[in-house]
Amino acid sequence: MKRFVPLLVFISLVGLFGFGIWWNSWHDARYVPSPLIDKPAPDFALPKLDAPDQTVTKASLLGKPYLINVFASWCVACAEEHPVLMADGRQLGIALVGYDYKDVPDDARRWLREHGSPYDLVIADQPGRTAIDFGVYGAPESFLIDAKGVIRYKHIGPLTPEVIARELQPAIDAVKREAP
Amino acid sequence: MSLFPWQRPSGRSAPCARMPFAESPRKSRRAQGALLRVSVVALLMFAGHAFAASGAIEPLPFQDHAQEVRFQNLTKQLRCMVCQNENLADSNADLARDLRLEVFQLMQQGKSDAEIKQYLVDRYSDFVLYDPPLKPGTWLLWFGPLAILLAGGAVVTVAIRRRNRGNGAIDDDKPADGRQAGNAPADMGDDW
Repeated sequence: MKRFVPLLVFISLVGLFGFGIWWNSWHDARYVPSPLIDKPAPDFALPKLDAPDQTVTKASLLGKPYLINVFASWCVACAEEHPVLMADGRQLGIALVGYDYKDVPDDARRWLREHGSPYDLVIADQPGRTAIDFGVYGAPESFLIDAKGVIRYKHIGPLTPEVIARELQPAIDAVKREAP
Repeated sequence: MSLFPWQRPSGRSAPCARMPFAESPRKSRRAQGALLRVSVVALLMFAGHAFAASGAIEPLPFQDHAQEVRFQNLTKQLRCMVCQNENLADSNADLARDLRLEVFQLMQQGKSDAEIKQYLVDRYSDFVLYDPPLKPGTWLLWFGPLAILLAGGAVVTVAIRRRNRGNGAIDDDKPADGRQAGNAPADMGDDW
């Protein structure tokens, strides 16, 4: 019996390291669960990208659920995400609010002209101060906000058709059932 | 890290220390430099690299040296969310710069270190703290190593007791172990 002890130790180590490899192959080290889920979205007052003299506030968007999509013209992953939003954004069934993050407004406008805009409304946060309140740390990020202004779901990284089908759409459906 | 396409270094937004100027949202503003500035920049290139290596600390108007020390201490305990293995004090990422400024402003408002940490935890979760807080979710993290150490100690104790007990007698299923039964205690050293 005792002679199997080294084998058992070896097998358990293989198991441990195997678990580490398996865990790291799908678990996303960059994903940090947001502490803001199911909490009221922070108050914000940001100018529209196309009309900087007009301010959009949290209060002005209350009453209907919407999806905030943080993007920037300098963000490469946002360009990867962009075709997905162009193709599927309309079918989500809620308003898409583009959140232009730490961007030069002219660059952002040109980027949206070139690639097309999937957004119903685009707000600009050039200094990035409000983004800190939202806990944004890397574009693209998406926040689903319900009619009462509560953050219900957050996705970090580009939205893909799989993420939309598996996570975002069910979350949107749940929010819409509450406030159609 | 690179298993996710959007995690490629080029695919992420903020520049880390290794790619200090790549894709910075400030790049087009930087491009507005005049000819004079270009030559100055060229002169400062080497100095700039030296700074980038030693950390990206922009001068902040501290009230006194004590406050500066406090700021440095605090930002060393906070993680840069973009370059996750860098702290806020060392990171060159754009967000880290913003958060340093935020920490500085909260300090000017008279907030304590604990309040500033809580402010960031409220937004970025416990993950911004290099020192994870003690709470039910982190018990395994805090006490796991101790539990493993105790378990290992128990195994060793049991093994030694057994061996000592088997001093004159024969071990249950491995008679070969009793071959040096006469001097078992001296044997412990090389057998382990």
